[in-house]
Amino acid sequence: MEFGPHLILAMLEGLVQASVLTLTALGLSLVFGVMRVVNVAHGEFFMLGAVFAYGVASWLGGNPAVGFVAALIIAPLLVGVLAVACDWLILRRLDYDPERTIVATIGMLYVIQQVTLMTYGPDAHPVTPPFNHRLAIPWVAFTDTGLEVYFPWGLSTTSYKLFVVFAAIVAGLGIWLLMARSKLGLILRATQLDRETAQAFGIPVERVYAFVFGLGAALAALGAVLVVPIQQAHYLMGGDPLLLSFIVVIIGGLGSLRGTVVAAILIGMSDGIISVFFSPTLAKILATLLVAMVLVYRPQGLFGAKPA
Amino acid sequence: MSRALSFHLGLIAVLLVLQFVLPAYHHGNLARVMVLAVYAMGYNIMFGYTGLLSLGHAMFFTAGMYGMGMSVRLWEMPVGVAFVLGVVIAAVFSLIVGLLALRTIGVAFMIVTLMFSQAVFLTILYFNPVTRGDEGFVIPQPVRQIAGIDLSDATNRYFAALILFSVCLLAVLALVRSPTGRVLIAIRENEERARMLGYDTWAHKLGAVVMSGTMAGAAGAAYGALFGSVGASFAEVPFSILPLLYVLLGGPGTVIGPFVGTLFMFYLRDLSSTLTDAHMLVAGVVLILLTLYARRGIMGLIRERWLKWLP
Repeated sequence: MEFGPHLILAMLEGLVQASVLTLTALGLSLVFGVMRVVNVAHGEFFMLGAVFAYGVASWLGGNPAVGFVAALIIAPLLVGVLAVACDWLILRRLDYDPERTIVATIGMLYVIQQVTLMTYGPDAHPVTPPFNHRLAIPWVAFTDTGLEVYFPWGLSTTSYKLFVVFAAIVAGLGIWLLMARSKLGLILRATQLDRETAQAFGIPVERVYAFVFGLGAALAALGAVLVVPIQQAHYLMGGDPLLLSFIVVIIGGLGSLRGTVVAAILIGMSDGIISVFFSPTLAKILATLLVAMVLVYRPQGLFGAKPA
Repeated sequence: MSRALSFHLGLIAVLLVLQFVLPAYHHGNLARVMVLAVYAMGYNIMFGYTGLLSLGHAMFFTAGMYGMGMSVRLWEMPVGVAFVLGVVIAAVFSLIVGLLALRTIGVAFMIVTLMFSQAVFLTILYFNPVTRGDEGFVIPQPVRQIAGIDLSDATNRYFAALILFSVCLLAVLALVRSPTGRVLIAIRENEERARMLGYDTWAHKLGAVVMSGTMAGAAGAAYGALFGSVGASFAEVPFSILPLLYVLLGGPGTVIGPFVGTLFMFYLRDLSSTLTDAHMLVAGVVLILLTLYARRGIMGLIRERWLKWLP
């Protein structure tokens, strides 16, 4: 076994994971940044995205591409609407008090998870990817005739995985455009900066909050729809994305979107690489301890600026 | 003897009498409820009295449980000695966690405790050959005895649980009525003001974490010794949420609340298991309803309405 090609493979796998993680963590970061709400049910919105994607795809049947594209639109939309309902029915009534909302979202986590178990069942189901070409990984080697490109046997990625990376970049750019270049983004940033002043300037803060909570959940669902052709939809699949998103949001600095993206790529890549060469459990132990230490010694995150 | 003391001694007396009248099924349940209530009472010291919300209390429970279980499994210690060792390990562990986690406040504190607890869970999985990971291991029935008393026998088990429960109940009662306990409540109400009055709030919070963690560890060690099972599932996130649920339901900041909450939740889960296998659904619904409509919990409401003197 050669080290080089395997490293490339590990990095590609890490990149796919980082892409999905970026979307999920962006959702969590947005909700925390604007609303100051720690959404423990975020992983369950991710899981619902995957389950709805399976539902839509198997309901439409026929061509996998049609089902997938439909799922890509419908699943995040449904999850977003559900999240808005949760915000309206529960979080708004708690007046977004940090401690009480955290307890309420823990409750939401279990309700969503267990209702899925009761309706969707305990089995994992796959979604067929719209396209799935095997792409061999090229590598160069020194031979008698000089440099030569060859394809190490058995090492490959798929066109779908590359599409996931591409789609995540597009969605990430979309969020950046929304936040930095649109009127809506201006309203969101104003609310994030100072809720009361925003309200005084006539911004409907409650509606902004509901929208942000829905958007955050929809982003998680979008990440899940992208990942479900690679990884099957299962009612317990929300745990890992939740933990990793927490790690990313904290390392990147609570509420900083740019930090979140950088940290997601860093954590996703290193988790992928460590998992290929070492034990995945060890990777997670190190990551959780790192997060705890960052919170203890550098609460503004590794990339955040020190608060004045 | 004050009203509060006789009230709690009365509860212990009732539990003692119940030992002789309860049918076998509920008898076994109540022994389990008492051990879990000790876990919840430990949690209540931090959450209910000091205002520190931990999302990772399972790590203290497991520290006690594995401290006890591993000493029996690896070094064949007698269960009594192993229990004490488990409690000591939980105390030392909670001191270390407290020293680190208390550097943060609010949401960050909750997440730090969650992360530490997750790290403990993953560590148990990682050392699978020693800990038997997810499967866990059983403490064999012949070993489970202290000074010749067989702990796996239903009556002895009930008595052992009752003794532990009574000691912890009276200890919490004494704590919250002592000057130290008053300072803890002052910190919960307004930490800044407590500091201004000259109290060392940091030392008091650290003390609360250690007492809370030690009590949770004692519950864990007792659970392993009385019911014989030690496993990684006791370190998972849902098991950290349970004491929060028990305390919120029973009444945070009341001495008897954790027991009431544990009892209610235990039987609610028992009843719902005839309807559905998804038993955490009930926990989720109760958590949401409590945060929305009943922040003070059962005993908190009773204190507000009728028993103003309840500590």
